[in-house]
Amino acid sequence: MTELPGETTRKLGLVIDLDTCVGCHACVISCKGWNTENYGAPLSDQDAYGAEPTGTFLNRVHSYEVQPDSGPAQLIHFPKSCLHCEDAPCVTVCPTGASYKRVEDGIVLVNETDCIGCGLCAWACPYGAREMDGAEKVMKKCTLCVDRIYNENLPEEDREPACVRTCPAGARHFGDFADPDSNVSRLTRERGGIELMSEQGTRPVNRYLPPRAKDRMAETQTQQLDPVATDLPGFLGWLDRALDRL
Amino acid sequence: MALHQPKLDTSPRVSDEIRKTTCYMCACRCGINVHMKSGKVSYIEGNRDHPVNKGVLCAKGSAGIMQHTAPSRLRAPLKRVGPRGSGEFKEISWDEALDLATEWMAPLRDKAPEKLAFFTGRDQSQSFTSFWAQNFGTPNYAAHGGFCSVNMATAGIYTMGGAFWEFGQPDWDHTKLFMLFGVAEDHDSNPIKMGLGKIKARGAKVIGVNPIRTGYNAIADEWVGITPGTDGLFILSLVHVLMAAGKIDLDYLSRYTNAPVLLNSDPDSAEFGLFLRDDDGKPLVIDRVSKELAPFDRPGVRPDLSASYDQKDITHRTVFHRMAERYLSPEYAPENVAERCGISAARIRSIAAELARVAFDEAIDLDREWTDFRGETHRSMIGRPVSFHAMRGISAHSNGFQTCRALHVLQIILGSVETPGGFRFKPPYPKPAEAHPKPHCNVTPGGPLDGPHLGFVQGPVDLALKPDGSPARIDKAFTWENPMSAHGLMHMVISNAHAGDPYKIDTLFLYMANMSWNSSMNTGDVMEMLTDKGEDGEYVIPRIIYSDAYSSEMVAYADLILPDTTYLERHDCISLLDRPICEADAAADAIRWPVVEPDRDVRGFQSVLCDLGTRLGLPGFVNADGSQKYADYADYIVSHERRPGIGPLAGWRVGNGPGRGEAPPDQIDRYIENGGFWIKHIPEECAYYKPWNSAYQDWAVETGFYDKPQPYLFQLYVEPLRRFQLAAEGHGDRQPPEALRDQIKEKLDPLPIWYSDGEDADESFDIHALTQRPMAMYHSWGSQNAWLRQLHGQNPLYVPSNLMREKGLQDGDWARVSSAHGEIIVPVMEMAALNSNTIWTWNAIGKRKGAWALDPDAPEARTGFLLNHLISELLPPKGDGLRWSNSDPVTGQAAWFDLRVRIEKVSPPDQSQPVFPPIHYSADQ
Amino acid sequence: MNPAASVIAFTSLSGLGFGLLFWLGLGFPPVTDWVAFVFFALAYLLAVGGLLASTFHLGHPERALKAFTQWKTSWLSREAWSSVATLLVMAAFGAGLLFAGIAIAPVGWLGAVLSLLTVFTTSMIYSQLRTVPRWHQPLTPVLFLSLSLSGGALLAGMTSVAPWLLVLAGVIQCLHWWRGDQALASSGTTLATATGLGSIGKVRSFEPPHTGGNYLTREMIYVVGRKHARKLRVIALLLMVVLPAVLLLLPISHALAALAVVSHLTGVVTSRWLFFAEAEHVVGLYYGERT
Ligand SMILES: Nc1nc2c(c(=O)[nH]1)N[C@H]1C(S)=C(S)[C@@H](COP(=O)(O)OP(=O)(O)OC[C@H]3O[C@@H](n4cnc5c(=O)[nH]c(N)nc54)[C@H](O)[C@@H]3O)O[C@H]1N2
Ligand SMILES: Nc1nc2c(c(=O)[nH]1)N[C@H]1C(S)=C(S)[C@@H](COP(=O)(O)OP(=O)(O)OC[C@H]3O[C@@H](n4cnc5c(=O)[nH]c(N)nc54)[C@H](O)[C@@H]3O)O[C@H]1N2
Ligand code: SF4
Ligand code: SF4
Ligand code: SF4
Ligand code: SF4
Ligand code: SF4
Ligand SMILES: [Mo]
Repeated sequence: MTELPGETTRKLGLVIDLDTCVGCHACVISCKGWNTENYGAPLSDQDAYGAEPTGTFLNRVHSYEVQPDSGPAQLIHFPKSCLHCEDAPCVTVCPTGASYKRVEDGIVLVNETDCIGCGLCAWACPYGAREMDGAEKVMKKCTLCVDRIYNENLPEEDREPACVRTCPAGARHFGDFADPDSNVSRLTRERGGIELMSEQGTRPVNRYLPPRAKDRMAETQTQQLDPVATDLPGFLGWLDRALDRL
Repeated sequence: MALHQPKLDTSPRVSDEIRKTTCYMCACRCGINVHMKSGKVSYIEGNRDHPVNKGVLCAKGSAGIMQHTAPSRLRAPLKRVGPRGSGEFKEISWDEALDLATEWMAPLRDKAPEKLAFFTGRDQSQSFTSFWAQNFGTPNYAAHGGFCSVNMATAGIYTMGGAFWEFGQPDWDHTKLFMLFGVAEDHDSNPIKMGLGKIKARGAKVIGVNPIRTGYNAIADEWVGITPGTDGLFILSLVHVLMAAGKIDLDYLSRYTNAPVLLNSDPDSAEFGLFLRDDDGKPLVIDRVSKELAPFDRPGVRPDLSASYDQKDITHRTVFHRMAERYLSPEYAPENVAERCGISAARIRSIAAELARVAFDEAIDLDREWTDFRGETHRSMIGRPVSFHAMRGISAHSNGFQTCRALHVLQIILGSVETPGGFRFKPPYPKPAEAHPKPHCNVTPGGPLDGPHLGFVQGPVDLALKPDGSPARIDKAFTWENPMSAHGLMHMVISNAHAGDPYKIDTLFLYMANMSWNSSMNTGDVMEMLTDKGEDGEYVIPRIIYSDAYSSEMVAYADLILPDTTYLERHDCISLLDRPICEADAAADAIRWPVVEPDRDVRGFQSVLCDLGTRLGLPGFVNADGSQKYADYADYIVSHERRPGIGPLAGWRVGNGPGRGEAPPDQIDRYIENGGFWIKHIPEECAYYKPWNSAYQDWAVETGFYDKPQPYLFQLYVEPLRRFQLAAEGHGDRQPPEALRDQIKEKLDPLPIWYSDGEDADESFDIHALTQRPMAMYHSWGSQNAWLRQLHGQNPLYVPSNLMREKGLQDGDWARVSSAHGEIIVPVMEMAALNSNTIWTWNAIGKRKGAWALDPDAPEARTGFLLNHLISELLPPKGDGLRWSNSDPVTGQAAWFDLRVRIEKVSPPDQSQPVFPPIHYSADQ
Repeated sequence: MNPAASVIAFTSLSGLGFGLLFWLGLGFPPVTDWVAFVFFALAYLLAVGGLLASTFHLGHPERALKAFTQWKTSWLSREAWSSVATLLVMAAFGAGLLFAGIAIAPVGWLGAVLSLLTVFTTSMIYSQLRTVPRWHQPLTPVLFLSLSLSGGALLAGMTSVAPWLLVLAGVIQCLHWWRGDQALASSGTTLATATGLGSIGKVRSFEPPHTGGNYLTREMIYVVGRKHARKLRVIALLLMVVLPAVLLLLPISHALAALAVVSHLTGVVTSRWLFFAEAEHVVGLYYGERT
């Protein structure tokens, strides 16, 4: 099972729009809520009301500051969950076969009943997308909500990941990258979607849409308004003429 | 090895049942689907059909389940047994609790109802709590608005009959340029995010004006890292550039605003600066066609913006003339404001040019015919697709009222209010200031108050003053200090009650406000005021009754605790009489209902008020025979009527039109069947130009918002302000105290002005210090939530890179931050995307040890901290023998963001300073 | 990386154990009877002890057998197979020595090869990880093998070769440190590639996704002070290589030999502690040591 499928029929994944994400953590918590109740062991918390609370999350939102050569620093909120890599090192290192990539849609999953909790897959993942659950001691990771996207108990429109459904800004998009006409393929093309750490050779499926160019207004010095008058009488004269034209 | 994967069940059963109700984790009030498994809440998601959130849900909303199971939930009524602040209580029964409350309150009602002060926090049932207080007869009622954002609300209502957030929103579907001032999160959390998402998806532009570049401002295409407190100047400079360039919507100004209204322009006249009115009191304009004087609303009139008119030797000029005089002045030229605002003149000019370009060159023309209040039919709806939104960043300064006004003036001269692509009201707004009640304060022992407590004054006659001129209210709302304090001044209640100024009270009755911690300025002193005893050994504030749902910091300071349920366990009503959930395209209201029954001895606070009201014999709460009128809040929601046919919920009423009529007995069930809400869409032809659109006016009457159409003009010039100025200038018989004359003359200007928010600051305190709301936390409640507290368990002080270098600071170092009022010692972190003279931290993360059922060593209580210790409700003494309050002189809005500090590196203490002794909560059974 | 005691014990002890087995398999020292028993017992104690220690690291040791299934792709699985194979083959060889007094040479040679293979597979568990550039270098297996061989030789009492093997291991260790110190920088992975934001400007972490710790920060992000690490490196090198080599060059005494072994083991453990503690996982970039 730890062998990666040569080619998956579909390539399901997420597009995350860094130009739109406001860093609200809604996706983080709805993921926590859904996955606590669904696929596999609940996402536990340790010392929940104590001095060092910690817990398992499958999706986390970082934030970074970027200082361009000129202009003010920018701040970018950066959600990160499993990228469902095509060459997923987390799968091939797994000694038990608990980690696998699904042939039909490319989702990378952990079969928790086979997981010995060795942690090696988490070491192999460059993105920090896997967390060992503190209570259950099995490896947890984003399932791409495999228990939602095909779930016939959910209304058709809800068959998408919990984090996508909840994102208030609409910064997360779910779809099939193998289909060039899908929303995710189109967005990736149009907005120059990027791969994270391509040098790691993991060939991630998820793509990030880079922030659009910012703070350009001061540069457009040419775009300035010409005054109609320089003093009050002049202005009132202009006003009379302008009102006549109305 | 063969590739074989386990067979997965990809269609597991999600839950047994979905119960649809309304979120309570903030005032946005999204619709939620509460999934139930074996009778327990298992998962909460957004309700896709809901008008507010359309399926999305924020982090707090999704974490509601942990709020509902938090160990900090109160379990039973509590009576204090230890000293105040100790946290030592005894559990008592509801009967005992209500008897005790009745025993305390009944004598007050009989003799001096004002001795009960009932103040509520971010109460979502204010039309009900105020109704209760009015029936009790005390003038001392208000909710948290006074320290929150009353500048915004008041400036909006006086200027255009509605304000941002609860009263309106940008036209997200059409806007092409969106400008955001001083917002980190706001009440309209999800709609703003959804709106930003829509704008971004279209590739339209966002300009964020904020000293701090996080959240919404982080995704803004243009970040204007303004110096705090100078927005008014920046906005008036934009007004200057736009006016000088003639880039203003003259047609709109002449038809829909008071720009053409004639003003008495004779400085010697006792009516100087007041409108010229006809015998019916209608403001007069000159008709540009006939050149005749005419009331503004006469059919066919085309008001002239440039007219002047002499009457009895008195010259009258238009408001617009006055505006031109003022705003064309070089003092507002970009070059003259740039340094002060921290924005280059070129940038100001570019922004003005971009606003003009989008408003006028990219105007929208919606093919919808409509007829205005003067009877003129317009072929289409013209839109100026620039929109604005603002909140506490401009509101919570002592120049906030005028700044908010300036922003509305900017919106209006661009013709972008209530036009496609601009800013749109949400029903029941628009509603001009005159259509709101005026404040009432006449007390009759044993009887109800003479009318609603809060409202909109039109001049000195409406102030809440006793015959001797002293304040009628404990918070001194509607006095010369802050005449237009439309939401009251919750932040002054405790200090005034402690000082016995203007008078002493007996019982302080508080509801969901953490006044001994993050909700107060000057937190340390407030704790002392709450525990201070007089010479007689009694507490200076004799009795405190408090309703909370959790073991917050405030619980420890109350004598009697009325424990509330969590939001999933009670009925609530988000009413059109109050702050409904309407969107610009629809009127809507909603309920909460007990999707689970409480497992503790707690009761919904509103139901408790129904009971208490009966015990006290309050007229609105007893039947003729003295029996209980409303069995509980659910009963009140359905059977109460404010006016005939108008009650808390508008949905499914039977009678003349939706919104009006008799409520069916199963009204609540109808709401539940419909997902917890009711909605009525605004017809297309009513969607814009609402204040002047006859079709909308009729629709609003039919829906029950008004009893008759009430078209009005936007008030660029706010005449009531002028009335106060006239008084200060010596006119009229209600006269302000001498000490306040200059302030009123200067700051209650009827046209927006700018003055510094930090005039009195000691110059060595020269760094601005701010707080921001974290999107994933709601004030203090978030910290008891096992999921949310992992996100924000502590809060560093963010310091701009230049100040880090200057003060020799590095990430993780500690700094002493001092203000004229106090000092704190806290950990610092560097931030580059920050105004170079501003520091900030997340609001309300710091916790008192022992509160919220957290470990006393919780990071919130060790390294977390409040900025509140540095802020005072009073300004430092100026040497004039008076103590001036730290608030806006027009509205009394608490000036949280005027704070100026000094910082210096210190060696790290073991925890943030100051440290208060832990609260040891105990409740003997 | 978090220098977990179980993993340090596992790699250090099993390295030594399999190193000893390698020499025993080759017939050094040529032992029989109870002497053979002592040597084999020591080797098995170290190897099996190490392997057992490694299971402390597992969340579900009771499922450990499942780790044998993925030998086609997983080095950890391969290590499981080869260690068991080694232990079985060497058990056969040892039984010959112990009970029959004969050395079945081909079996010993096979066991020796398997021993090295085991150490190699162990090293590959780390070396394969691109995510830890310090480990992801050809020198990692060389280092593990050289330490295993030299430590094994030391235990086997091969005073003639052991010092030179130790010196060789020391040289490789130094090279490994030297290359390792540049590994992250030359891996091409930076916060800029991690976030894809490098084209806008210089990227730095602003706020972590949550204020507390999590599994990743505890497991992958362990920061040792540079000064501290430098000192420990010197100590490791002295104890692991210099002192044992010098001791071995002195006239033989059991006490000195024992001292040499203890010193070497302590040195190896120190070096292994550093191997983990100094290893920077690229995920640390996301959690941003702010620069
Ligand atoms: N998640 C969450 N949502 C909330 C709340 C919460 O606690 N958590 N609280 C609710 C409540 S009660 C309220 S009142 C609202 C408040 O909602 P907001 O108005 O968004 O309130 P703040 O977070 O105080 O943000 C004030 C913003 O103004 C900026 N600012 C400060 N001074 C200036 C200035 O002079 N000029 C400009 N341009 N900007 C300035 C600050 O940097 C900050 O970004 O949020 C409501 N919504
Ligand atoms: N430094 C600084 N301080 C500020 C501000 C700032 O920007 N900076 N903002 C100010 C503003 S605008 C506001 S609105 C205040 C908000 O501050 P507070 O009004 O104090 O808000 P909270 O602390 O969230 O909540 C008040 C109380 O309501 C209780 N509560 C929660 N749910 C329920 C319930 O269902 N029933 C009952 N009965 N009680 C419940 C909580 O347990 C808590 O004790 O903070 C103010 N303080
Ligand atoms: S992101 Fe990490 S866990 Fe997910 S497939 Fe890629 S390597 Fe594996
Ligand atoms: S932790 Fe579980 S899933 Fe990960 S490598 Fe080990 S056995 Fe496989
Ligand atoms: S796809 Fe599902 S599991 Fe993955 S991050 Fe989103 S909510 Fe979590
Ligand atoms: S929910 Fe959407 S906007 Fe919020 S942090 Fe997640 S991706 Fe960003
Ligand atoms: S914005 Fe969030 S917390 Fe507020 S009501 Fe909506 S879901 Fe609840
Ligand atoms: Mo507020």
